[in-house]
Amino acid sequence: MTAALNHGLPGVSSSSALERRGNVTSRSDQVRLFAQPALVVVIVAAVVIWALTSDLNANERETLNLSTILTLTGQHILITLAVTVLVVLIGVPLGIALTRPGFRIAAPVFLVVANIGQAAPALGVIVLFFLWTNIEGLWAVTIPLVFYTLLPVLRNTMVGIRQVDPMLIDAARGIGMSSGGVLRRVELPLAVPLILAGLRTSLVLAVGTATLAFFVNGGGLGELIDTGYKLQLNSVMYVGAVLAIGLALLVDWLGGIAERVLGPRGVS
Amino acid sequence: MNLFQYVSERWDRLSLQALLHVSGVVQCTVIAAIIGVVVGVLVYRSSAGSAIATALASTILTVPSFALLGLLIPFLGLGVAPSVVALVLYGLLPILRNTIVGLNGVDPAVTDAAKGIGMSRFGVLTRVELKLAWPAILTGMRVSTQMLMGIAVIAAYAKGFGLGSEIFSGLTRAGSANSLNQALAGTLGVVVLALVLDGVYVLITRLTVSRGARD
Repeated sequence: MTAALNHGLPGVSSSSALERRGNVTSRSDQVRLFAQPALVVVIVAAVVIWALTSDLNANERETLNLSTILTLTGQHILITLAVTVLVVLIGVPLGIALTRPGFRIAAPVFLVVANIGQAAPALGVIVLFFLWTNIEGLWAVTIPLVFYTLLPVLRNTMVGIRQVDPMLIDAARGIGMSSGGVLRRVELPLAVPLILAGLRTSLVLAVGTATLAFFVNGGGLGELIDTGYKLQLNSVMYVGAVLAIGLALLVDWLGGIAERVLGPRGVS
Repeated sequence: MNLFQYVSERWDRLSLQALLHVSGVVQCTVIAAIIGVVVGVLVYRSSAGSAIATALASTILTVPSFALLGLLIPFLGLGVAPSVVALVLYGLLPILRNTIVGLNGVDPAVTDAAKGIGMSRFGVLTRVELKLAWPAILTGMRVSTQMLMGIAVIAAYAKGFGLGSEIFSGLTRAGSANSLNQALAGTLGVVVLALVLDGVYVLITRLTVSRGARD
């Protein structure tokens, strides 16, 4: 009885639990892969067309025009892109370095710092950075958000490289590869799926927290929500919220596509 | 004035905000856990149902919290209502997913044995399956709580409760004395409270998960 109990425990790596977990997750991923972009396009198009064609008063007209919407969306995308590029440029090399023999001792320190960075509320990190430096605009959001969203990429790079079967590394060394060659041609390719999964998480965090950019004059779609709230214009608030949600779902979907397309075949 | 002096001087208000923050997050986690477990129990036997419920919940998680707040304020007004709805919605996914995974991870031999000794369907669910899935559900609640601590900060935007209001008022008073201390107290307060809550979860796990079922 005890043996049977132990075998079927959730969270313990019993084979049946793992199998079912993969099943549920991959099926739900498939649902999202097709339903999500269709849903986004329909809802966003409906709301934007409604906003641009309906009878609005002068106040609403001032914020809800195509050029404002496009500018704010552009700022939002720019922040997301800047954060993502910096996260990849910092997270992946740092993750690789922290698995190399010389630097491995420092790994826990970086992980603890990155963990605390993510446990801190995003808004708090942005506001503190602004109050400390008095920088406003794009970089006032981008720099704190890089700290905030670094952890998934950093951790997944380290885990991805560490989980490579030591026998494969031995074999690669055995056929005469240098340690750099092993890293480039064995360890990194095998770590790519996990790195991409981390990148998707970071992307979603970045596009979500970019709605907070307006607090430090960084623009973005959060500004529409804030304007709608302060001027009590519900229509402006709806448009801002729906666009921000649509953009986030779209970015998440692109991340999912990237995981499928960029992941090496045969490794999963 | 340094942070320490600031905190000790405003201890009354800060501790009240901290208390509101924690109690709001904990209550929302409990509501999310009740909804998540009930939905999980309803769908876990059907793989299509599980997939749809999980997909829906992870879609909600993708929605930026500030945008969800923007959608909720016109309907629910300001204050506690939109904050609670937002927090419960965000708290759902980890609990729902872990409930489904946990229930599916129960060995069929165990449920067969329970049926064999004459337990009803409901008895098997409450006395065998949910008990075995409990560690996974608890882990889901722990993840939710950590996440909600941060989201509750943003929820303070709509005249909500908790330490987020300290951060917001630090921002609006930018440049004046103590604005940095105020934002710092709010942010660090959230980090410290999140760590304390995490410790409480470790304790709950120790107390409610039998030794054989512990990881």
